[in-house]
Amino acid sequence: MNKKKKEPFSVVWQRHKSKYLMILPFGLLFVLFTVLPVAAAMLLSLTSFNMAEMPKFVGLENYINLLVQDDIFLIAVKNTFVLALVTGPLSYLMCFMLAWLINELPPIPRAFLTLVFYAPSLSGNAFMFWKLFFSSDSYGFANAWGMKLGIIDEPVLFFSTAEAILPILIIVQLWLSLGVSFLAFIAGLQTVDKSLYEAAAVEGIKNRWQELWYITLPSMKPQLMFGAVMQITNSLSISSISTELAGFPSVAYAGHTILIHLHDYGNVRYEMGYACTIAVILFFIMLICNVLVQKLLRKIG
Amino acid sequence: MIKIFRAIRHYLRMRKIRRRNRSLGVDIVLTIFLAFFGLFSLFPLWMIIINAFKPMSEVFVFPPRIFVENPTINNFFDLGAIIEEFDIPFSRYAFNTVFITALGTFGTVLLGSMAAFPLAKYEFPGSKFMSQLIVYSLMFSGSVTAIPNYFIMSGLGLIDTHWAIVLPAVGGTLGLYLMKNFMVQIPDELLEAAKIDGANEMQTFFGTVMPLCKPAWITVIIFSVQGLWGNGGGVFIYSEELKPLSYVLSQIVGSGIARTGVSSVVSLIMIIVPIAVFVISQSNVMETMASSGMKG
Repeated sequence: MNKKKKEPFSVVWQRHKSKYLMILPFGLLFVLFTVLPVAAAMLLSLTSFNMAEMPKFVGLENYINLLVQDDIFLIAVKNTFVLALVTGPLSYLMCFMLAWLINELPPIPRAFLTLVFYAPSLSGNAFMFWKLFFSSDSYGFANAWGMKLGIIDEPVLFFSTAEAILPILIIVQLWLSLGVSFLAFIAGLQTVDKSLYEAAAVEGIKNRWQELWYITLPSMKPQLMFGAVMQITNSLSISSISTELAGFPSVAYAGHTILIHLHDYGNVRYEMGYACTIAVILFFIMLICNVLVQKLLRKIG
Repeated sequence: MIKIFRAIRHYLRMRKIRRRNRSLGVDIVLTIFLAFFGLFSLFPLWMIIINAFKPMSEVFVFPPRIFVENPTINNFFDLGAIIEEFDIPFSRYAFNTVFITALGTFGTVLLGSMAAFPLAKYEFPGSKFMSQLIVYSLMFSGSVTAIPNYFIMSGLGLIDTHWAIVLPAVGGTLGLYLMKNFMVQIPDELLEAAKIDGANEMQTFFGTVMPLCKPAWITVIIFSVQGLWGNGGGVFIYSEELKPLSYVLSQIVGSGIARTGVSSVVSLIMIIVPIAVFVISQSNVMETMASSGMKG
């Protein structure tokens, strides 16, 4: 490896020119819209910048204000973690369980159920239906059914009730969350070597749970890790379902997440330095969670 | 009688062999579990379809109905009437969305797979580093970089053009990642054969690799269409005549319960394209996702 590095650039270029050229167009866009923005966000997070004047260097002031003085940010952090800790593992488990159950079905029902479960994440703003479902009058399903069954006496104003907002967001996020990882799991399950199961039955594996633990899970570790990355990133980026369903700002900031806080300062108040500080913190939260979970999953099987 | 008994015994024995390690009790519980989540998943979509065909008289009924008694297509005409009142013809919004989706998807597949190929099949200075970078980029969402992105767009003079949506989408890494993992499975002998025939990397890529990767790029097409079709333009596009379909339709949906029927029609229109694309290409998606895994 070291030896290779010592080769002069011109030699390397001559030998691998076409490869670099093939990567170049994508690489440019990647650098321009991913690498550069991450670096820029980190730099801007150290400034005070309102877009009218040039950014002014303020050191760590934004970080200190954010962590010490911004109570709403702390609410946002709490909400983000509650949402992520509930929907992340639950949706991951749902993705896997449903994929695993579907996998035993014949091809046509399997294809149909795959579509049924995947459709919500395909369907853009269809989650707005949940606004109708939890609508505050008796024409909403939740209220109508609740009243019919005698659980509640009069319609609940779901989106004006602070305690109700997070649970509703969790339900909607779970509904939406059978996405890319779900597909990855279904596909991963189909590639598990069938003869392993037969061999295992001979070796004394007694039920489907043992099959799952000793054969299926270890065989699809790569998909499990990929799925985890997708689910973690998604569950930490909840924002539009909250603003669309519970409004912005939500009652008592009950549906406020870090990403919404970021939009608030970036798109509404134009305090770009501060908004970038929020972005940088969210960036590290996502990265750290992902790296930790990857380490954890590597231990399975 | 004995024959029937034997037949049943034979059937049960065969079933046992076929379904080793399965018990009926657990089967029933798991089927109920599956049905429950199936209904949970389907219910909102079902209601959107039902509501789209509900006459006004059935919208305000207590308790709300999950079927429609007298289906009507008036909601579609109502939507038509609303659309006619716009200053900008509806076809213009539709064109914007189709343009963004088509260009973004084409770019994602072409540039993404072009970059994926060398990373998947060759080792050269920087290749490991780049692959690592791609994996790390999957670990945070694009919303984190939204603000600097705006400044970069503005610096490039791309604000209020469709490129502001298309270019970052093309620079997204999920497509490249899936392509790359799929390409790793292509046997090296095929590439060697192409090389012996005198093809350079570029020719090998278009002549040999791309035809073999059809499932992968169809998958990328689906994810890309899914992402771009619903894009509302956000802060990047402010000229009315450049706004995409999703933006104008969400304006209609935003106006509340009185238009339940119309908003359901809107949702239906927005859902149908991505779902159709997915249904048509499902088997290809599965083949690609099978190779999506991350190595430890």
